[in-house]
Parts: sequence; C-alpha cells; structure tokens
Amino acid sequence: MSLIRVDHLSKRYPVAIKQPGLKGTLQHFFRRTYRYIEAVQDVSFEIQPGEIVGFLGPNGAGKTTTLKMLTGLIHPSEGQVQVAGYTPFERQTDFLRQITLVMGQKQQLLWDLPAMDSLRINAAIYGLSEKEFHYRVAELAEMLFLADKLSQPVRKLSLGERMKAEMLAALLHRPQVLFLDEPTLGLDVNAQVAVRGFLQEYNQRYGATVLLTSHYMADITALCQRVLLIYQGQMIYDGSLDKLLLQFAPYREVKVELDCQVSSNDLASYGELKMFEGCVASLIVRREALTPTVTRMLAELDIKDLTVSDPPVEEVIGRVFQAGAIA
Amino acid sequence: MQRYRQVLWLFWSTAIAAELEYRLNFLIAALSSLGSLAGSLFGLFLFYQTGYEFQNWSWEEALIVLGIFTVLQGVAATFLAPNLNKIVKHVQEGTLDFVLLKPISSQFWLSTRALSPWGVSDVLFGLGIIFYAGSRLGVSFSAYLVALPPLLLGAVSLYSLWFMLGATSIWFVKIYNVTEVLQGLIEAGRFPMAAYPAAYRVFFTFIVPVAFLTTVPAQTLLQRVEWGWIAGSALLAIALFQVSRWFWRFALRFYTSASS
Repeated sequence: MSLIRVDHLSKRYPVAIKQPGLKGTLQHFFRRTYRYIEAVQDVSFEIQPGEIVGFLGPNGAGKTTTLKMLTGLIHPSEGQVQVAGYTPFERQTDFLRQITLVMGQKQQLLWDLPAMDSLRINAAIYGLSEKEFHYRVAELAEMLFLADKLSQPVRKLSLGERMKAEMLAALLHRPQVLFLDEPTLGLDVNAQVAVRGFLQEYNQRYGATVLLTSHYMADITALCQRVLLIYQGQMIYDGSLDKLLLQFAPYREVKVELDCQVSSNDLASYGELKMFEGCVASLIVRREALTPTVTRMLAELDIKDLTVSDPPVEEVIGRVFQAGAIA
Repeated sequence: MQRYRQVLWLFWSTAIAAELEYRLNFLIAALSSLGSLAGSLFGLFLFYQTGYEFQNWSWEEALIVLGIFTVLQGVAATFLAPNLNKIVKHVQEGTLDFVLLKPISSQFWLSTRALSPWGVSDVLFGLGIIFYAGSRLGVSFSAYLVALPPLLLGAVSLYSLWFMLGATSIWFVKIYNVTEVLQGLIEAGRFPMAAYPAAYRVFFTFIVPVAFLTTVPAQTLLQRVEWGWIAGSALLAIALFQVSRWFWRFALRFYTSASS
C-alpha cells in the first residue's frame, strides 16, 4: 500500500501577458489576455512508507508546485493525489496532523522571540500536553544539537541554527510524511551535514516518509536511494540514483599524469579532453571503451599515474537536463 | 474550543512579548493618540463654538460619539489592524502556506495571531471622554452596560468587512490601499450621522455601515434608540461575519501560493 499516490497530475497557471510599451500597458489594464503555463503535466508516481525520495529538476521545473499540491496548498488542475489516504486539498485536520512542509526560504518562527515561544504555540495547536511537549522538544533538540539555542531570540541565531530550529518546529507534531523544499538552502557544509544526518535519523526512528528537493547533490546522494527527475513539468526519470548514473552517464573520467612532452593533439585520439594543464590531463572516455583505451594509453604514453573515476553527479544531472526529455 | 482558547492565550502573550521588545513604541503611540484626539476635539469644537448644533445632538452628546469612535479606533488598532493588514504580507511572501498547513481554522489564525498593545491609549482616552460627557448628562451605570452589545456588534461588522478586504489580496496581492480607503471611510464615524447630508447617511448606513459603529451605540447609551436599529445591528454583524467566513473559503480556492 503506497503512502503517496500521484495519478496523472497537472497544474496550469493563468499568466497575464503584457505587450511592452505604454500601449501595451493600457491594453493590459483594460483588457487582459492570459496564456496558460503548464507548470506540471501528467505526472504520476507512488511512494512507499519509509522511503526517502529526492525530487530533482532545474529551477521552474515544477518541483515546488508538485509539493504544494501534495500538501494541499494549491488545487490540482487535473489528476488525483492521495497522501496517507487523504485528498490533500480538502485539508482535513487528520491529514494536516500527519504531514509537514519545510521550506528553506520561508520561515514560520517569530523573528523577535525565542524559538521556544513559537514551539509552544505549535504544541498548543496540535494539542500536545505539557509533558509531551517537553519530551519532544528535548528529544529533537538533542538530535539537532540545539538545546541551548532555543531560548535565544530567533534573530540572534545563525542561519544554520535557525534552519534547524525551523525543522524542530515543523516536526514537533511528529509527522509521518515530510515534504522538504530546499531544506539546506544557503547553509554551510557543516550545517548541511548536520541537517542531512538529522533527517536520516528521523526517518529511521519514526519510519517517516520523506520527499525532498535540493540543489545540493550531496543531499541527494547521502539521503535518497530513489530519485524523481522532473523537467519542464514532465517526469523524465523515476528510479534509483545508481541506475540513473549508469543510464545517463556511460562515461568515465580518466586522469593521467604524464611526462611533460605530450601535446593535447596526442591525447585527443583517446577521448574527449576535459582538462590539460602542465603534465596532468583528464579525459572523458565512454564506459565500454574504457579498458581498450586505458591499455592503449599505457602502451603508447609514458604515464606516471592513472586514476579512473565517475564524473560528479552534478555534471551527470546537468547533462541530462541539457539533453532535454529523455525517456 | 479549549484548544482554541489555549492557542489564543499563547498568540496574545507572545505578541505582547514581541511588541514589548521595542519599548519606545509605547510613548510614541500614546503621544500620537493624544495628538489625533486633540485634533478631533478641536474639529468638533469648531462646529459648536458658534452655537451651531448637529440636529438633536448637544455638545456632550456629540462628545459621546467621538469617545466611542476613539475607543473603537483603539480596539481596531489593538486587535484588527495588526492582523488584518498582515494578510497581504502573508500572501505576498508565501508565509500563508504555514498557516494553511496547521490543523486549525486559518481565519482564526489570521485574525487573532497578533496583538498590538499600542491601541490601549486610544481606548483609555476614549473612555475618558465618554465618562466625562456621560457624567455631565447624568448617564446611569446601566445605560453604559446596555450600550456595550451594540458596540461589540459594530466591532464584529467592522472586523468582517476588513477581513474580506484583506482576503481579496489572494487575487490582487497588493491591496494596502483598499484597507486605507476603508479606514478613511470609518473616519466618518467621528461625528453623529445627523451631521451628514441625507445621501451620505444612506451610504454610511447601508453601503459602509459606519452608522452602526458609533452612532447606534451612542444612541443606545443616551437611551433614545429604536429597537429596530439594534436588531439591524445584530443582523448585520451576524450576516457580515458569515459572509466573511464563506468568502475566505472561496478565496482560498484561488490561492496559488507565492513561488520560491
């Protein structure tokens, strides 16, 4: 039984078009013409309880729109959404108690007050007892290493601490389904690692289901076994991250250290030359040609050192999006 | 209900705590309300110094209207303005998302989340004027009590109108000006309705119900109101409140949420 089921989901936005210039402005004022933007088109997928799924796509691909339909903030134009057995847009109390949405660029904590005050309000809204409230705050604060920060005004916290406090506020009611929109946006590497570690721990401790978007590939590789790729409103990949790399990155990167007599022309015959500086070169070689190429290189060139590696995930995903829709 | 009461208590106590972070504000608010009160007293005084009188309203009776107006202004500044003017901001910045995701009525949240204690000075000055004029007219204690319900009903009507205007920001996003217009029209409640020409009276009774905000409570206080007006006031308040609830649910269907 899948926890999230999305069936042929679409969202169209009307956008007013305005011609440039004064004439266009007047026309725009009196008689507005609209065109429709297909933010999400015919997207379908299912997510099982306990999964952590990464939602990838360039800016404007429709990730946030999809998350908003999944949380019931906006109404789908077409298609069906079911989350934990509920239709999100009806926003039933029992549904809202089971989900949470964390948005990296928006905050719910009161700026001028300690996070504790905002947390107390959330506890009252979700009807937690005083005892339960203290227990949960202590538990989450320990997982997030936040204990001594909760009594400072939020405006005095660092960005990383604030994000962690936001996370605490969003998870106080112990939701079963977490929607995270860029939860590590703008954080430094340490804070990113901390947030990631926390999400993993929360997922394991409570068996919660997580759907997250991120521009930091490290978030995705660390947390998600499965990724959804969305591009121009359409789903172009649904599957494991490893298979994605295999499918879209049939390349290896071969890095060699040479004696310094070799010119770039000598190297071009082995593969696509990515980098050539002094005596170090980096080549992109198709996977199936890897062994013969390396053998040839070792035979023909005076090589001091040679390493073979996968290209970075960012590059692979970038390649996928550049190539456009890929089935 | 119990849960809502608890939430309301926390809303208000945190809001006051947040406001008190900025202590100088209180002095400024007190001075500004004193200033505006002096201004409207002077305006009223200009009418009456020459012996001119609004039809059937003596100087003291007109003062009561002004007092009620000032109290209402204070109540609006304390409870309504800090919340309802913020709906626009919530829509613009997309923080309405957080409100909509809480298992609690979003209208309740948006209408009660904040509280600004700075309207209190207006309430105090207004009460001062009412009691001063009331004592000169020999108004009995029970008359003050009887005037409370129509005043409350007026406040409910005002809230409902204001909330609906705020809710239109779902479509128009920038709507500050509209609430300014409403506030401008409410200013008309400073004087008894009798001060206005007939056409204006119709407008301020049936289109923007300013008459029900100050004149009707004042008439009740002076014990010369017809019961029809109080019934009308109640009917109006209940109807507007219901419409505001319906209107909010309707508006949310069009919410598209600010993009990131």
